[in-house]
Amino acid sequence: MAEALHVELVSADRTVWSGDASQVSAHTVEGDIGVLRGHTPLLSLLSPSLVEITPATGAKVFASVDGGFISVANDRVSILAEHITLGQEINAAQARADLESAQASAGVNAEFDAGVRLAQARLDAALKAS
Amino acid sequence: MAVSLREYRARIKSTESMKKITRAMELIAASRIIKAQQRANSAAPYARELTRAVSAVATYSNVDHALTTEPESPDRAAVLVVTSDRGLAGAYSSSVLREAEGLVEKLKAEGKKVDLYISGRKGEAFYKFRARPVVEAWTGHSDQPTYEVAKEIGSTLIDTFLAGQGEGAEGVHEVHVVYTQFKSMLVQEPHAVRLLPLEVVEGEAKPEPGDVLPLYEFEPSAEAVLDGLLPQYVESRVFFALLQAAASELAARQKAMKSATDNADELIKKFTRVANQARQAGITQEISEIVGGVNALADATAAND
Repeated sequence: MAEALHVELVSADRTVWSGDASQVSAHTVEGDIGVLRGHTPLLSLLSPSLVEITPATGAKVFASVDGGFISVANDRVSILAEHITLGQEINAAQARADLESAQASAGVNAEFDAGVRLAQARLDAALKAS
Repeated sequence: MAVSLREYRARIKSTESMKKITRAMELIAASRIIKAQQRANSAAPYARELTRAVSAVATYSNVDHALTTEPESPDRAAVLVVTSDRGLAGAYSSSVLREAEGLVEKLKAEGKKVDLYISGRKGEAFYKFRARPVVEAWTGHSDQPTYEVAKEIGSTLIDTFLAGQGEGAEGVHEVHVVYTQFKSMLVQEPHAVRLLPLEVVEGEAKPEPGDVLPLYEFEPSAEAVLDGLLPQYVESRVFFALLQAAASELAARQKAMKSATDNADELIKKFTRVANQARQAGITQEISEIVGGVNALADATAAND
């Protein structure tokens, strides 16, 4: 068995991040999951949320995903979504403004709106990465 | 001397400026093609991971999905033709259109009604000129397709396909895509594939009958995962076709423009030669006129003496 998880973070037009990691946390449609080495094979849909990767070396990686899914098999984790943005690529002030406008347009159902959750995830990723 | 020297010079000049234009287009296409290839390469991991995931679901669970079921008696088909927005790319658009026409004929011979979906202005113009109905056309992105466009095309096709599920319903029973495959800088081939219903064949090897299946957990359920996965898979296939078509278009344009530049070179050489000949002929004529005049003068004075 491999020493660490091999993680690939892939969006539709590029590989956003790939490397070895000790832990991956993500938010699926069912709830939060954390993936460690030796996790059982899994395929799950993600909700628009924040993905957190603890690499084997170096600082944690934060990224926002707009849905997509996570697949785990043989200590390989791949997270696929149409759009993935790393925390350091997001401007926090811009993300905050986006979140506010998304909340305003969603109205009372703000908590369940995909746009709001994506904006929240982007803001979280930006804040945690900085 | 049929045409005067001045006219030859004018022709050389206009050919030269044409050559400059074709040369510039050649260089632009050459620089863009590298980018297009990079885009195609960087989109490959997504397609690969999606394929892996889809085949994992197909291998480790027994779920039927609307997008993978073969309809009983398919009699309506949709064809997506991926062409370019601009011309000056040699036979690029016409060869993909010819392939599409072949497919349409074949489907009609099988007794299916064909709905056309077009990407690219050239294809749109082709069918408009022939007054053939097109269900929907997307234009303005042929050399730099984005995922958004692919998503829009993909979801439209999925919607019509799903609409065709019911008995006697509107919509289609199968979806085909005709696009140009980028084989190399020199070879691009028009290619027709069936997009829907999906056939998942590539990817992970089937486990041996004796093997214990790794227990995949599907969250929330295998059906829901497939529901999320398959549309994305279709969209990524459409995206792949668009990227291949973009790279092929640029390669075809580079090739066409290169031969146009070469032809212009040849023409300039030919015109320069003819112009030089015309100039030389003019000089010779002038000299012989002078010599003739001098001789006539000399003869006249000799006769007077």
